[in-house]
Amino acid sequence: MSPLAGYLLVAALLFSVGLAGALTRRNAILVLIGIELMLNAANLNLIAFWRYGPHPEALTGMMFAIFSIAVAAAEAAVGLGLVISIHRHAKTTDLDAMNRMKG
Amino acid sequence: MSIVFFILAALTVAGALAAVLLKNTVHCALALTVAFAGLALLFLKLDAQFAGFAQILVYIGAVAILVVFAILLTRGSETPKDGVYSRGAIAGLVIAAGVFAVLGWAVLQSVGGLPHESGPAPAVTVLQIGQALMGRYVLPLEIVALLLTAALIGAVIVAMHEKEEAK
Amino acid sequence: MQETISFTPQLAASPIAGILWLIPAVPMVASGVIALLKQPKRRTAATLAIGSLGFSLLIALAAFAHVLGGWSHGQAVRETVNFTWIQFGTTNVDLGWVLDPLSAVMLVMVTFVGLLIFIYSTGYMAHDENFTRFFCFLSLFAGAMLGVVIANSLLLLFMCWELVGLTSYLLIGFWYHKPSAAAAAKKAFMTTRVGDVFFLLGIVWLFAQTGTLLFYNGGAGSMEATALGGLLAQHAAWGLTVAGAIGLLIFAGAAGKSGQFPLHVWLPDAMEGPTPVSALIHAATMVAAGVYLIARVYPLMQAGALTGGTTAALTVVTWVGAFTAVFAALIAVAQNDIKRILAYSTVSQLGYMMAGLGMGGVAVGMFHLITHAFFKALLFMGAGSVIHGAHEEQDVRRMGGMRSAMPLTFATYGIGMLALCGVPIVFSGFWSKDAILESAHGWPVSQAPYYMLVFGAVLTAFYMTRQVSYVFFGQWRGHGHAHESPKSMTTPLAILAIFAVLLGALGTPAWPWFRSFLNGQAAEIDLHAFAEPAWLMLLATSCVIVIVGIGLGWLLYGNKSPKAEAPDVLEAAAPLPWKWLSHRLYVDELYGATVIAFYAWWARVSDWLDRRVWGGAVSAVTLVFRGWAHLNRFLDTNVVDGGFDKGCEELSTSGGLLSRVQNGRVQSYLRLLALGFVVLVAFLIWSSRA
Repeated sequence: MSPLAGYLLVAALLFSVGLAGALTRRNAILVLIGIELMLNAANLNLIAFWRYGPHPEALTGMMFAIFSIAVAAAEAAVGLGLVISIHRHAKTTDLDAMNRMKG
Repeated sequence: MSIVFFILAALTVAGALAAVLLKNTVHCALALTVAFAGLALLFLKLDAQFAGFAQILVYIGAVAILVVFAILLTRGSETPKDGVYSRGAIAGLVIAAGVFAVLGWAVLQSVGGLPHESGPAPAVTVLQIGQALMGRYVLPLEIVALLLTAALIGAVIVAMHEKEEAK
Repeated sequence: MQETISFTPQLAASPIAGILWLIPAVPMVASGVIALLKQPKRRTAATLAIGSLGFSLLIALAAFAHVLGGWSHGQAVRETVNFTWIQFGTTNVDLGWVLDPLSAVMLVMVTFVGLLIFIYSTGYMAHDENFTRFFCFLSLFAGAMLGVVIANSLLLLFMCWELVGLTSYLLIGFWYHKPSAAAAAKKAFMTTRVGDVFFLLGIVWLFAQTGTLLFYNGGAGSMEATALGGLLAQHAAWGLTVAGAIGLLIFAGAAGKSGQFPLHVWLPDAMEGPTPVSALIHAATMVAAGVYLIARVYPLMQAGALTGGTTAALTVVTWVGAFTAVFAALIAVAQNDIKRILAYSTVSQLGYMMAGLGMGGVAVGMFHLITHAFFKALLFMGAGSVIHGAHEEQDVRRMGGMRSAMPLTFATYGIGMLALCGVPIVFSGFWSKDAILESAHGWPVSQAPYYMLVFGAVLTAFYMTRQVSYVFFGQWRGHGHAHESPKSMTTPLAILAIFAVLLGALGTPAWPWFRSFLNGQAAEIDLHAFAEPAWLMLLATSCVIVIVGIGLGWLLYGNKSPKAEAPDVLEAAAPLPWKWLSHRLYVDELYGATVIAFYAWWARVSDWLDRRVWGGAVSAVTLVFRGWAHLNRFLDTNVVDGGFDKGCEELSTSGGLLSRVQNGRVQSYLRLLALGFVVLVAFLIWSSRA
């Protein structure tokens, strides 16, 4: 098995763990944690492909990963701000209780 | 496949698992930090030094702290009465397993097409990265800047709105 | 002796022929106008009717004068005006009218006698409340009868023929409240209908064979040589040619209208109608229409006869006529109703006319028709006067001695009676009857009709004497006092009496004006004809007939006035024959037992068929449809509607079920997303593997 495959599998595993966390936990913040894990898994994928792919000197993968990190940071900030705002309003972060969009 | 890789992988995955499984949300946040660290080390192993350090700076230095802040600010309900898992968590677990299966299958399918030996480690200098940022990737850079500004303003507005309500 | 008549047809019609159609049209229009009048407007109705018929009389006289003028110049006048009525593709149905001596003479007779009877009716019906309706029907009848006279097309003749039958029905049943009158009207209509069916068959056959129903059409008519030749060439059943067969069919129609045996049964019953009706329709005109019809189609009847010989059709006509003459005269002997005696007398005289046509030709038959019209109308109107004077009594056994109370009626009635008996020389009836006897004597087929007609003449004299004795001689056996009738009734009587005498002059052997006029030949006065031995023999025979008949009658009934309840002299002498005769030889009873009974049975069968079979079939069809409708409704409610409703319910339920997915929780949405992702990627990989 090639090293790349190993990294990819690890990334896939991380992604699945993150997805499981997002799908199963009740707390909204833990869902966001799961999302961060998923993003990180994607970053790992990118770097791995950059390293083992053709033309690593083009820096494409690296750039992509760096931008991804930046965007993820912004998204985490906004998301957590929203969670805090909801907590102020509903006094809870329980996702199961937030079903006003039910229809 | 070296030993280092396995150790690092195990560390990262352990950290991730801990992050999603632990009951105490603060413990989850700390496990997350461990996972981030593991990932940073993996990046370093992959000769992506800049990415690795950026990972440490941003994720561990900012995002994880932010998560901890958020957890601490929303501690109104410690542990919910119905447990930490939501309704239908089993379905979510199964689906996640399915996703892993599919992705793994995709990877293993294409094992033949993947390069066996890694080529020489690319010599990536910060200079090169800087040049790339200002040259080829200047547009994404600017857009990300815009994005960050918007996020900043948005977060402030959200926070400010809260402050007015608190009065 | 029959002569073949040869006319040179004139192609250009004179103006008088052009307006000939007014003669029937004006009385018909008057009838229509009277129909719209209210009942109290009696004077208007009478004026309209009499005025219109008077106008027709004037035109008829003008037409007669025209034909007479042509005849005196040696031209044989026959003018026709024909027009196409209907066209089917290439076949035409034409109508038209004709002006020739036959129609001219008949026109004058009908309008003149009709006018006199109209005037008589104003007096007779003065006390009747339906005066206006009477004149409406009378006028319609007059128009229809005149239509029959001038018709040049067998179809137009038939149409007016039917109209005449209709008005006869209306007038016989004029007092429709009386059940006997209503029954008599129905009987008249239906009996003549039987004859008319055969008549119609004859018309259709003639049209099919010759392609035209016009009598004369410049050589192309059905009574002209070309058509007749074609008809003679073909043979029908029983050894008859087509011409003979059609002739017999047409005679069947004439037999119905003219009361020949066995279709005579309606005429005596028709006396239920008012006396003017009996006089006009059942003495002078309508019953004469049958005789006139035979005269009109005489070329057809006569077709194929060798000179001096006769045809099968004419033989049948003769035998039927002769038999009817004797048959009816026998029955008349035993009747007690004044009008019924005259009715049977009419039937008998019609038989004479038919026999005359069969043996002697058109002129012989028509002459008797004309003279008979006058004296029979006279007799009927006189009878009406008598009935009026005896306060509506009609049984002769309850009258008597009326000659002193009603002298004018007696005088005119006597003249009529003598004319009917054929008293020689003076009266017209003698001359016309004599001509018939002459032709019978010379008939090549058999002498039997001659003896039958002689016997019939004896009977005629006998029963008329009986009637006159009962009514005018002896003692008054009725109730109340008899009185003379008003001038409006007696004046026409007088006029007719004059004609009953004078008309005879037109048909003497010395000056055969009537025959010559009809045949288009010149008439010369030849007094030597009186000296011929054959004619003198006939004169002697007629004298003997009259003496025997009147003498026997006077002997038996003379001045005696037996009580009404006492049996008649003859009845006492020979009760059984008298009973048969007074029951009219049981012909009506025979019909009742056979034809009517069968008809009633058939009506019951038809009714049963209609209700059970056809009605049942209709009900069955209805049931099928109703069943079908029920099935449709069931299908519609349960299958279509039910199915649709069920479908909608399922949709609704499934919608409800599906809406549970939208539970408002983000994680479940995310799960579904991930699930979709898994499926898609799996599909992609799996499909790329292949």
